[in-house]
Amino acid sequence: MSANQVALCYLVASVLFILALRGLSHPDSARRGNLFGIIGMVLAIATTLAITKRLDLIVLGILLGGTIGSIVARRVQMTQMPELVAAMHSLVGMAAVLIAIAVVDKPSAFNIADPIPTGNRLELFIGTFVGAITFSGSVIAFGKLAGLGKHFRLFSSAPVVFKGQHLLNLVLAIVMIGFGVAFFLAPKAAQWPPFIAMTAIAFALGVLIIIPIGGADMPVVISMLNSYSGWAAAGIGFSLGNSMLIVAGSLVGSSGAILSYIMCRAMNRSFFNVILGGFGAAEGQVAAGGEQKQVKSGAPDDVAFLLANAENVVIIPGYGLAVARAQHAVKEMASKLIAKGVNVRYAIHPVAGRMPGHMNVLLAEAEVPYDQVFEMEDINPDLGMTDIAFVLGANDVVNPLAEQSGSPIYGMPIVEAHKARTVLVNKRSMAAGYAGLDNPLFYMDKTMMVFGDAKKVVEEIVKALD
Amino acid sequence: MTGLVDPTVTELAVFVLAIFVGYHVVWNVTPALHTPLMSVTNAISSVIMVGAILAAGPREIDFGSILGAVAVGLVAINTFGGFLVTQRMLEMFKKKAPKVGQKG
Repeated sequence: MSANQVALCYLVASVLFILALRGLSHPDSARRGNLFGIIGMVLAIATTLAITKRLDLIVLGILLGGTIGSIVARRVQMTQMPELVAAMHSLVGMAAVLIAIAVVDKPSAFNIADPIPTGNRLELFIGTFVGAITFSGSVIAFGKLAGLGKHFRLFSSAPVVFKGQHLLNLVLAIVMIGFGVAFFLAPKAAQWPPFIAMTAIAFALGVLIIIPIGGADMPVVISMLNSYSGWAAAGIGFSLGNSMLIVAGSLVGSSGAILSYIMCRAMNRSFFNVILGGFGAAEGQVAAGGEQKQVKSGAPDDVAFLLANAENVVIIPGYGLAVARAQHAVKEMASKLIAKGVNVRYAIHPVAGRMPGHMNVLLAEAEVPYDQVFEMEDINPDLGMTDIAFVLGANDVVNPLAEQSGSPIYGMPIVEAHKARTVLVNKRSMAAGYAGLDNPLFYMDKTMMVFGDAKKVVEEIVKALD
Repeated sequence: MTGLVDPTVTELAVFVLAIFVGYHVVWNVTPALHTPLMSVTNAISSVIMVGAILAAGPREIDFGSILGAVAVGLVAINTFGGFLVTQRMLEMFKKKAPKVGQKG
C-alpha cells in the first residue's frame, strides 16, 4: 500500500469513529453506532498490519489481549462498570508510555528522523506524561472504586490528604517540565536520563492527583481520566504524525471533558474544587453532630401499604441503591405495584450511581422498561402531582436546601421530591450526605423514613406487597 | 508566504477540528447512554494500537518491538473488551424502548 492509500483508509476509520459516537444520540441507533466503531477499528488495525513486516508478536498480543478483554466484557457485572472503565483507561495510558519509550529507543521504526527532531520530542513529552498520569491515576481510581482501601491505604475511598499536598504537586509538575526541557535539549546519547526522570515523576503525579478525591466524586474523576486517555492517544498521534490517532484521541478527550463538566454541574461544584479534593470530609462530622430534630420513621410494611394505595409513585434511586445492588429488588417492587394499577416512574439525577449514566444502565439491566425512566429535568414538573416520592439511597440530590440562597449547595439541581404529597426515604442511618449537610426533607411532616440497607428494605416491601 | 506547510501545522488543524466535531457530537448523546459513551470512547482510544503495531513491527526483535508487543496486548484488552461490553449494555436498552431520547 502507498502512504496515500494508508492515509485514506485511516480517514475512513476516523469518520466511522465519529459516526460511532453520533449513534449514541438515541438508543435505537446506538447499536449501529457501535458497529461503525468496530468496523472503523478493524479497518484501522488491518491497514496498519498490511504495512507491517513482522506479524508474529503482534498477532500473539492481539490474541492474548483480545481473549482477556472478551472474557472480562462478558463476565463483568453492571455495578462494576466504573472499575472496568477505570482499568481500561489505565491500559491506554500505559500503552502510550510504552510506545513513547519505543519511539525514543528507535525512531526509525516509526519513520521519524534519528536523532528525534525537537518538535517531535515536545509531542513525545506530552504524550508520555499524559499517558503516565492516566495510568497511575486510573490505577488509584480503580482501587478506590473496587473498594480495595482495606488492603492498601492509597485506595481508600476517603480522601487521602496531607499538609503541603498542593505545593508538592506543583513542585513536582514544575520539576517534570524541567526534565522535559532537558529532554528537548539533550543530545541523542544523553536523552534517556531526563526522559526516565520525567516519566517517573508523571507516574507519581497521577497517584498524588487522585488520592485526595473522595468516593462520591468518582463520577468526575472517571470522566476526567477518560478525557486524559484521549489526550494521551492524541499526543502519541502527534508524535507519530498520524491524523487518525489525533482524531480518535480528540474525540475521546472532548467526550471525557464534556462528561466531567456535566458531572461537576450536577454536583454544583467547580472542576478545580473537585480536583483539589478533600471537600466535605471534615465538615460532615460537624453537621451530623448538630441538634436533634424529630423524624418520623416507619417499617417496610407501612411503606408497602402506602405504596399500594397510591396512584402515582416516583422512585428516586441514588448512590446508596447502587452500593446495595438493590436494582433487581426495586424492579420487582415496581412490577408488583404496576400490577396493582399504580403508575410507577423513576427519576434519575445525573450523578446517581458511580459514573455518568450508571443508574440508567443498572435499571436497564434489571429490565426496567425504558419508558418508565425519566431524566431529572423531565420529571421535576410532575412531582407536584405525585402521591409518593420514594427516595432510595439518595440524599444531597433531593436536598431542598439547594433552593435556598446562602446554603452551601445553593443552585445545585435536585430532584424535587419535597413537592410530592408524601415522601418516603430509605437510608441506612441519619448520617449527613456527602456534602455534609442536614437535609430538611427528612424532617418534613409528610416524610417517613425507613432505615436499613436498601436491598433488604425493598425485599421486605416486596414480601409485604404479596 | 511560500513553501510547504509543516506537517505539524496540518496535524494541529486536524486536532482542533476534531475537538469541535467531538464537542458537538457528544452534546447530542442522550444522558441515559453516558455509560456506554464512556465504554465506547474507551474502545476507540485503543486505536493507539496502531502506534503499538508500528513499534512491534520491525523485522528484527529488539527492545522497542518487545515494548510494542506488550502495548499491543494491553490495548487489545480495551479494543475487544470496550466494544463487547458496550454492545452488551446497548442490548439491555433494546427492548421496549419507544420513548427514549424523546427530549432534545
